[in-house]
Amino acid sequence: MQQLTLDDIEALAVGAWILGTGGGGSTYHALLTLRRLYAEGHRVNLIDIDDLADDDAVAVVSVMGAPLVILERLLDSKQIARAVSVMEDYVGRKFKAVMAVEIGGGNGMQPLIASAHLGIPVVDADAMGRAYPEAQMTSFAVGDLKPWPLTSVDPRGSEVIVGRTPTWKWMERVSRKVCTEFGSIASTCKAPRTGAEVRRWGIPRTTSKAIALGHAVAEANRRHADPIEAILKAESGKRLFSGKVVEVERRTTEGFLRGRAGFEGLGEDRGEKIVIDFQNEWTVVWRDGQPIASTPDLICVLDSESGEAIGTETIRYGQRITVIALPASEVFLSPRGLEHVGPRAFGYDIDFKSVFQS
Amino acid sequence: MKRIGIDVGGTNTDAVLVDDGKVKAGVKSATTADVTSGIIGAIEALGSQTNLKSGIDALMIGTTHFINAVVQRKHLTKVASIRIGLPATASLPPFSGWPAELEALANGGIWMVEGGHDYDGRSFMPLDVHALRQAAKEIRTRGLKYAVVTAMFSPLDTSHEDTAADILRQEVPGLSVTCSHMLGGMGLLERENAAILNASLIALAEETIHAFERAKSKLGIAAPLYVTQNDGTVAEASRAAAFPVFSFASGPTNSMRGAAYLSGLKEAIVVDVGGTTADFGHLRLGFPREANAVVHVGGVRTLFRMPDLISIGLGGGSLIDLQANSIGPQSVGYRLPQEALIFGGKTLTASDIAVAAGLLELGDRKRVAHLKAAEVDAILACAKAMIEENVDRMKTDAGDVTLIAVGGGAFLVPDKLQGVARVVRVEHGGCANAVGAAIAQVSGEVDQVFQGMTRAEAIAAARQQADSRAIDAGADSDSLIMVEAEDTPIAYLPGNAMRVRVKVVGDIRAKQLQQA
Repeated sequence: MQQLTLDDIEALAVGAWILGTGGGGSTYHALLTLRRLYAEGHRVNLIDIDDLADDDAVAVVSVMGAPLVILERLLDSKQIARAVSVMEDYVGRKFKAVMAVEIGGGNGMQPLIASAHLGIPVVDADAMGRAYPEAQMTSFAVGDLKPWPLTSVDPRGSEVIVGRTPTWKWMERVSRKVCTEFGSIASTCKAPRTGAEVRRWGIPRTTSKAIALGHAVAEANRRHADPIEAILKAESGKRLFSGKVVEVERRTTEGFLRGRAGFEGLGEDRGEKIVIDFQNEWTVVWRDGQPIASTPDLICVLDSESGEAIGTETIRYGQRITVIALPASEVFLSPRGLEHVGPRAFGYDIDFKSVFQS
Repeated sequence: MKRIGIDVGGTNTDAVLVDDGKVKAGVKSATTADVTSGIIGAIEALGSQTNLKSGIDALMIGTTHFINAVVQRKHLTKVASIRIGLPATASLPPFSGWPAELEALANGGIWMVEGGHDYDGRSFMPLDVHALRQAAKEIRTRGLKYAVVTAMFSPLDTSHEDTAADILRQEVPGLSVTCSHMLGGMGLLERENAAILNASLIALAEETIHAFERAKSKLGIAAPLYVTQNDGTVAEASRAAAFPVFSFASGPTNSMRGAAYLSGLKEAIVVDVGGTTADFGHLRLGFPREANAVVHVGGVRTLFRMPDLISIGLGGGSLIDLQANSIGPQSVGYRLPQEALIFGGKTLTASDIAVAAGLLELGDRKRVAHLKAAEVDAILACAKAMIEENVDRMKTDAGDVTLIAVGGGAFLVPDKLQGVARVVRVEHGGCANAVGAAIAQVSGEVDQVFQGMTRAEAIAAARQQADSRAIDAGADSDSLIMVEAEDTPIAYLPGNAMRVRVKVVGDIRAKQLQQA
């Protein structure tokens, strides 16, 4: 068990945003909330998945909703803890720990907020290793674990329990509907997991990975070293392209932010051009009409100078960027994993070839 | 129409007289600590060049006074902050994320009550009128004079903020209330931050604008006073006093507007090279393109209309390092006349290089005769590369652009640049900022989420609202044109939701001028 310092949490905000691969929502409100909770004397402990007993109950939390709505409703720190308590009442068991469903973006920090209120530790793991747009795009879904029940709460006092759905896709549909009625934001506790399930299907040590990433960027900036080099080194990543944004095109379909951004090379890549598609997160990198990287590999677009991640909602013409790839969790590289999160799950008729395969 | 435009900068106070669209005279004088005497000095100097006795129609002033107050943590007043959004938003109260010392100056108390709306316009909770009256009593007891009201989704539905402001004014006679929806779009914390900064600066703004009025009557000018805004337009003095945050970035904006006017170009990149920095901006339809991003002011996150600028350390006073072949970012600034080699000083500056290269007639050329031609060329090439890179950053599409070079350091901008079709230089370019103030118009803006409409319908609806806001602000309705129209689709919201931002501008209504 490791008690997180406020420095670790500041680093987590940076690292989780990088692992958001362009989406996942800002970490800023969660960071402000945690600063406040720490100032009030709350502390958060992180435990390794190996510290879980087989039958320990683990709560899996996330905030669903539109980033724009979060800008107005803000995060309500007690809501995420309430979603967990409602689940405890429903299943009649107390949770030993809480974990994130997605480490990428603001949701990577939600379990810390729940932990501060509930006094139970955070498990150093998640079920995406990054951010993905939909609930069935998790390692738990790949493992065919049961998708139900789910609790969803809003600050007015509404509590919804989705008792059973036949599939993860149905859970996504039903819970998304509830979220929309709440005002397109809801604090949720997903299907509870046992310690054994988390060890078998959880993606281990992603919280500490995000913290290490954030520390690496901060340390590089302190030493006036290249923060992107530090990220690549920390994560065994690969530099794909350096250049500038020359084109951005966005549209919403079925509630998702879809589009593409075009880039022209600078430095070593001068004369080269690439295009990256996105669906909330970056999905496929194209060069001369051929895919050169795709989900589930993590595609991160970073500010070339600061190393700060750039989101699909805010990227704009003229920004100097470096595109890197980080390795995906192994669970997604199996044929079953690729069914959930490979290029075909996003509507591309292409085969996945990892940039890390030689 | 005869107008005086004044731009009060950190170093210089520039003034111009514009008559019938032509710049008749321009002067530069030193900015003074009290601001006012510098303005009087500038107008008097202008009066020595040209006749100011007959019929001045308007006096337009741009000032950095208010943003400096925030940055220097001076002259701020304590503010009562009322948040309408319970039971949501409770865990991030007003002042979340503020630097502690700034909060200590501005925080006069926090009250949070139920109310607010949802993204689709539905009421989130009914407004808790009882709690508001209770808050008002406490505000009165504490003797606070300024208050801020921020409701959830107020850019979509202003009614809860409006009602709350009415109640507060009833219960606390003389209370000045800033409603957040007047200050920004989506983003509750950032909009609230802007509103708090605003309320906290109103006392200073009123005092400053009274001082401007006194200077004006001392000089015998009867024309109405306008203050320039972040977006390159002006507001009547009384409105400017109520919304000081809208004057935060008026300096660089005025330069860009002046550049557009003097060159007659509406689509171009502008570089304003001063003594310490070069500011790059992008003119679209004659106005600076606005940044659609978080802007930090004195360490506080805000999100309101500011020009999209890149500022780099390149100016006439920039320090030169011949060994490293580098320029800036340090500068001798206003001490150029003492420190530059050409004036007998000991510091090698960009101005010295320009004199050595024959680009500039200033000081004593013999004092830079020792510089080798190769060294001079290398430094100029370095300045050229800095300018090229930042022009490219400001572009919104590939292809060559027109670059307008203004400001006292414009001699550092070469005529041939990669990515630039031509470099335009204009007469009175050194006073482009004051010209920008003199020719300013009035604007109206809307930033809202629309649903269940086509893109064209949403933009039309936004346009209608923006028009009426501009007319309220004193614009002539016949002259209104749309200068910004931007729509962004929104993820995870049903019903084809999009966020639309529209801005219109128009000329000041003539009647407005006669009334005063």
